[in-house]
Amino acid sequence: MARKLIIDGKEIEAEDTLTLLQACEQAGAEIPRFCYHERLSVAGNCRMCMVEWVGAPKPQVSCSLQVKDIFPNKDGTPAKINTNSPVAKKAREGVMEFLLINHPLDCPICDQGGECDLQDQAMGYGRANFHRFHENKRAVEDKYMGPLIKTAMNRCIQCTRCVRFATEVAGVPDLGATGRGEDMEITTYLEKAFSSELSGNVVDLCPVGALTSKPYSYNARPWELKHTESIDIMDAQGCNTRIDTRGRSVLRVLPRLNEEINEEWLHDKGRHIWDGLGRQRLDRPYVRKNGKLQAASWHDAFALIAAKAKATKPERMAAIVGDLAAAEEIKALKDLMTSLGVINLDCRQEGATLGGARPSYLFNTSIAGVEAADALLLIGCNPRWEAPVLNARIRKTWLAGALQVANLGLAVDLTYPAAELGTDIATLEALADGSHPFAEVLRNAKRPMLILGTGALARKDGAAVLYRAAKIARETGMIGPAGTAAEGGWNGFNVLHTAASRVAALDLGFVPGPEGRDVTGIIDGAQKGEIDFIYLLGADELPLETMGRPFVVYQGSHGDAGASYADVILPGSAFSEKDGLFANFEGRVQEAPRAVFPPGEAKEDWAILRALSEELKHPLPYDTLEALRRVLVAELPQYGALGTLPRHEGADPALWGALGAEGPLAIDVPLAAAIGDYYLTNAIARASLVMADCSRILLHDGQTKMAAE
Amino acid sequence: MSVRRLHEIQPESFAFSEANLARVQEWMAKFPEGRQRSAVIAALWIGQEQEGWVTKPMVEEVGRLLDMPYIRVLEVATFYTMFYLAPVGKHHLQVCTTTPCWLRGSDEVVKACKKHIHDKPHTVSADGQFSWEEMECLGACVNAPMMLIDKDPYEDLTGDKVVEIIEALRRGESPKTGSQIDRHTSEPVGGRTTLTKEEA
Amino acid sequence: MLSDSDRIFTNLYGFESAGLEAAKKRGNWDGTKAILERGVDSIIDTMKKSGLRGRGGAGFPTGLKWSFMPKEVKERPHYLVVNADESEPGTCKDRDILRHDPHTLVEGCLIASFAMRAHVAYIYVRGEFIREREALQRAVDEAYAAKLIGKDNIHGWDFDLYVHHGAGAYICGEETALLESLEGKKGQPRLKPPFPANMGLYGCPTTVNNVESIAVAPTILRRGAEWFAGIGRPNNTGTKVFCISGHVNRPCNVEEAMGIPLKELIEKHAGGVRGGWDNLLAIIPGGASVPLLPKSICDTVLMDFDSLKNVQSGLGTAAVIVMDKSTDVVKAIQRLSYFYKHESCGQCTPCREGTGWMWRVMTRMVKGNAKPEEIDLLLDVTKQVEGHTICALGDAAAWPIQGLIRHFRPELERRIAEYHAMARAAE
Repeated sequence: MARKLIIDGKEIEAEDTLTLLQACEQAGAEIPRFCYHERLSVAGNCRMCMVEWVGAPKPQVSCSLQVKDIFPNKDGTPAKINTNSPVAKKAREGVMEFLLINHPLDCPICDQGGECDLQDQAMGYGRANFHRFHENKRAVEDKYMGPLIKTAMNRCIQCTRCVRFATEVAGVPDLGATGRGEDMEITTYLEKAFSSELSGNVVDLCPVGALTSKPYSYNARPWELKHTESIDIMDAQGCNTRIDTRGRSVLRVLPRLNEEINEEWLHDKGRHIWDGLGRQRLDRPYVRKNGKLQAASWHDAFALIAAKAKATKPERMAAIVGDLAAAEEIKALKDLMTSLGVINLDCRQEGATLGGARPSYLFNTSIAGVEAADALLLIGCNPRWEAPVLNARIRKTWLAGALQVANLGLAVDLTYPAAELGTDIATLEALADGSHPFAEVLRNAKRPMLILGTGALARKDGAAVLYRAAKIARETGMIGPAGTAAEGGWNGFNVLHTAASRVAALDLGFVPGPEGRDVTGIIDGAQKGEIDFIYLLGADELPLETMGRPFVVYQGSHGDAGASYADVILPGSAFSEKDGLFANFEGRVQEAPRAVFPPGEAKEDWAILRALSEELKHPLPYDTLEALRRVLVAELPQYGALGTLPRHEGADPALWGALGAEGPLAIDVPLAAAIGDYYLTNAIARASLVMADCSRILLHDGQTKMAAE
Repeated sequence: MSVRRLHEIQPESFAFSEANLARVQEWMAKFPEGRQRSAVIAALWIGQEQEGWVTKPMVEEVGRLLDMPYIRVLEVATFYTMFYLAPVGKHHLQVCTTTPCWLRGSDEVVKACKKHIHDKPHTVSADGQFSWEEMECLGACVNAPMMLIDKDPYEDLTGDKVVEIIEALRRGESPKTGSQIDRHTSEPVGGRTTLTKEEA
Repeated sequence: MLSDSDRIFTNLYGFESAGLEAAKKRGNWDGTKAILERGVDSIIDTMKKSGLRGRGGAGFPTGLKWSFMPKEVKERPHYLVVNADESEPGTCKDRDILRHDPHTLVEGCLIASFAMRAHVAYIYVRGEFIREREALQRAVDEAYAAKLIGKDNIHGWDFDLYVHHGAGAYICGEETALLESLEGKKGQPRLKPPFPANMGLYGCPTTVNNVESIAVAPTILRRGAEWFAGIGRPNNTGTKVFCISGHVNRPCNVEEAMGIPLKELIEKHAGGVRGGWDNLLAIIPGGASVPLLPKSICDTVLMDFDSLKNVQSGLGTAAVIVMDKSTDVVKAIQRLSYFYKHESCGQCTPCREGTGWMWRVMTRMVKGNAKPEEIDLLLDVTKQVEGHTICALGDAAAWPIQGLIRHFRPELERRIAEYHAMARAAE
């Protein structure tokens, strides 16, 4: 139902489900606010959004008043709302004054300066040159909230956005407001760190400088920074980000709005690894001489690789793509290796048995589609660590209604209740044959879904697990009609990747050819002396210590595990230093453009491979990134349609009936976690001192507060 | 109201006595299923009766019992001013000093407390017997000035009367509660003007 | 003057037992079943016709409030919640009902719950009323034992009554803060709408009533709407328990007719103003929240909602705080400003920041340590708080100061002038 309102003299029709604030915005009015936030519950406490309802005895708080409660005038004419009348203006000015009387005048030393809601709104809605508060200002003790959040509680205006975020979105009720009256304090429970993977978002939400980023503190002023719109690759969700840089340095990463992917949230690893971008960098080529890595020229490094490649038969060569590679370099490496006749290729460092038809390895429901689900089965995955922002979406769905969740895997606090089914893989059999009670829940659900984690696929019986997951999906109605949930379609079968590069590598077929070796086969082969040459494209998450002594080329950005086993190191670029395409776990392709230049002699990765191909006398057929992308798009058209979601084509039995293999489950092997430490999952994160602090304080010993200060 | 924090020195542990645990559970049963946190004030109250004040391990035990995050229990413990966040004396005197009591001499009551207990409120006397604090209106205004000692009101006070009461308590006696003058309860001082029929 | 036979709380002072037997002798629990048998509509109709206005301070018609509850009980149960968080400075009337006449309340709870289709009621007693709560609990236990309430009681309406308590927070007397507190949270008022009748306790339809409003209901229903409406004045009907404190010779609680002249109330029952009526300086007529009245108005004003509203004050809780000419009236109001600062929940900006500011300026005003223009500043700050907050505590903090400035501005100016003269002399 819509209701007519006259807002600032303009008649509009507003849906009665809207708040007055939304209706005012619809009418083009700008309403200042501090406590109100679209994604949080309405608190109505700051009182900044007051407007005049003509005839009402007092100004109305527009964020909480619903259009349905604004009745027409007695003569039937629409209610008149004024957002800029003397009444509204006086009310706002009064609130602004109250907010400022106890707010310190420390803007010059406040990190929020230049991007502060209080500062901006004081300019816009405060009384100019007006000062009549002659008492002492309130002093509030600063609080400890962990390694990421710096507090300056004198500045707090008690809007409780952070408390509501922690309680509602993060689902980690660590924050609260203690005491009362003017002594009310925002705090964690007795100086405990805020232990959420989404904690950094409270810094964005804080409308003043009370909560600021600890790692970023005193580093820069917002107007000094260059902004580059980018993509987070610390997990496979593809959260939209903005990388802020000054000169050659990345100084911070912030989330960017994308309703379909991350709304406006970013997880802490995506937000805070930026110090890792500048540490442990491979900034020049190295070659191993007499057992030691020594600096070398690009020419010498290429010459050594060429000599070794020439002397090695293709079947004794292998290449592995790591977790952070962009589609372009994966394509270039694939093309180069194929031209050399190498078939021992793999991208699945963890060993998941995936590949083949695209929907078989995607998160088909889509992130936004989760909100339509009413039953969810997690198999060997912990979305809270593997994709924290997705997890917030699952929690949001649970909060909104009747999502029933069951967790087959390690019991963890997911931030929403789940029926814990244990780690016994035999339970999967019971779910697949329909005898388990939760199979009944799935069958009765309107839109059931499952999420298959790499923790369940990276097993020797991974194919059998996949087979059974597909069977559950087919038999409980997860594979529904074509299209999105909004269009009446449904696909509840989902694989949750943890590596940003994985979907693109699978799309490009970076998996063993017929007779080819997979990751395990390559490492085993190297150990047995059957593989002599391994090309690692940023691959660090492998049991390299078990592989004997093959000739190893490591191309990548950071001196991590892979580089330490290398005979030749080719310094590549981190994601922030090159234009790269990444497909997220939904299969959505997005671009992370270059924000800064790579350090030293490091180069863009596709260009390194192009140059190497020349040296190997198998020149790749593209000289520019644009040419490479044209080839890529010709092969995979979805890489030309950035940002779009793959379409679910309906229940194709040929596809959905053929997943995995019917073999026995490894009953003796319990389901394990895919990630051991959320903060340290890749080379960039491991180079970050901030992530090291987080891991130590939040995961290993919550009480080492002093060391973090 | 000033900033309210848990005391710096905290005991190692807290457990409800068997009888008190039963009381807490009785409280929980007064509310619909899943609404057990409604009993949080009662649980902290019972804990305070047992320990004398609200301790950190008590906050956590109540959180566990009622399935509440600790921070939510802490919010409650710091919001409501009858929860003592630091130890109090064996007898705690809560002196009303709001306007109706002030008009009738609550300054004298405060003066007596300062002299005979401790110069500062919220501070336990040397013998550990007493502490006192100023309270906001305690709701016995027609018997002003008044104070609450532990569970009992003492009304129609004078400074001298307060000293007498403190001394009696110090001796382990149980002084008369309620009005300290020739008065039954809240009827007009000196005799009723209504409801004057003979008692049944 | 009201005759004793028209008084509802015949054991107000506790000269008789508060127990069930004595209560029955006083007429409580008489024909309760027959009252219920009249049906919901008839009960609400009688309550409406009686003209009873809520006794907690706001004066909203009680029968009308009951009628807001949904006509049918759907999936959400209905609740009655009784506000016994009596904390308004000057007010101690519910205390006497709780400790001396609790069966009036228990019986009222049964009838009111029946009228709003609730099978459960909670009585929220302020934490400081420990003995009062014990007395009430005894009455509830007696009523259960006698099968007056509880499952399968003799009245044919299953009804559970629980006594709950707070722990020191004036704000919990605000009905939605009380509900928050009852749910185990900090007592912070909720945004309205939605109103409790739609979304109250645990999100269910709820009516919150003051102790006195509920406790008078059984007698009204027994004696009829006309009887109650015949006492007092139109729109200000019935009897009311008044609390008279401060500078009177014989402070007391007393049940009187609404609309009794303030002077008569004080002289008849409270022994007059200390030192005689001419020694009167000012009176706060309805609990701390309402603006004070100077003697000139007190001479003639009647004690009811409309009369007091007409003189820019209010009946509030009918708690009369009398100040004679010896009173430092600025200090008296400053102490109330401290009270509101202390009791602000801290949730919304104008109250959280404004109560502290007002108290600090008032503290300087007591000594005169202010500039003359700060009187208008203070007045302006009160206007910036008033009407801008989530609940009425902001208004309550503003009004006493507004009353002071309205009637005692010269006194404030005098102090300021004196303070500055002293300061100059000291130099």
